[in-house]
Amino acid sequence: MSEERPYPDEPAGPFPSPPATFTDRSGREIELRCLDAASDPEAEAASLADMYERFDPADRAQGIPPTGRDRIERWLSTLFVAEAVNVLAWHDDVVAGHATLVPDGEGAVELAIFVHQDYQRAGIGWHLIQHLLGEGAERGVERVWLTVERWNDAAIGLYREVGFERTGADRFETEMTIRIA
Amino acid sequence: MKVLLGVGGSPDSLSALSRIVDRAAAVGDELTVAIVENPATDASRADLAARVKRELEKADVDATIRTISGDPGSRLVAIAESEGFDVIALGGGEQTPMGKISVGSIAEFVVLNSRVSVFLVR
Repeated sequence: MSEERPYPDEPAGPFPSPPATFTDRSGREIELRCLDAASDPEAEAASLADMYERFDPADRAQGIPPTGRDRIERWLSTLFVAEAVNVLAWHDDVVAGHATLVPDGEGAVELAIFVHQDYQRAGIGWHLIQHLLGEGAERGVERVWLTVERWNDAAIGLYREVGFERTGADRFETEMTIRIA
Repeated sequence: MKVLLGVGGSPDSLSALSRIVDRAAAVGDELTVAIVENPATDASRADLAARVKRELEKADVDATIRTISGDPGSRLVAIAESEGFDVIALGGGEQTPMGKISVGSIAEFVVLNSRVSVFLVR
């Protein structure tokens, strides 16, 4: 994973940043907020773990989210590091989706996004990823990469729409990159 | 079982090595360790062979060590199929910073091409 990854020359964006509110395609009011802006981050992290506990394992991507509360909490703790960005999509007091940027230790960040099954196909992923990239850009992130199973057309379509490009390093998973500054 | 373990020096291949050696010690597998060239790592094959030898001695397992030249995936498949191995064992992939499993190129080739069963060690 550490080989030189190509990035697009031109930055994509500009992207909006949280907090933000929108109405999803099912008429639900969804609010986007950064986890580290929460008044009670521990309670919000617990709500996020709740979402992953209810998450359909059929939508797992390359082993994440793991199953079982302990494993979920251990995995989440690796995403809650100082330079990571975590944006949550809230429907009232329920977490509908989560998008995250985790530093890769080589000057770029890795992106992942999950929308709970009850909230999919409602445009939430589209808002979530844009606000995540906007927040990342505000915090000085320039290069973002991700991998996605190469048969996951819905996810690949979303990533392309925001400006990610395939690097050509395709295995079981496709690698994509974007420049946001 | 007659097991062909491919080791190229990546961290997942080294943890597969200890797991498969432990298994051989416990159940008496007939083990061959193939040292392959993994372009994604810079471990020298001589160092790797020495490390494999130490692990085998430590576990008191008698195994054959072979250094394989050429394309690692296709060579492993060819050896396993032509020499009557029951299974090819390989490291089951690295994790990205996010915790996503990323299967290596050698494992992907072997999974898609081998008619012998494949054991990806996690």
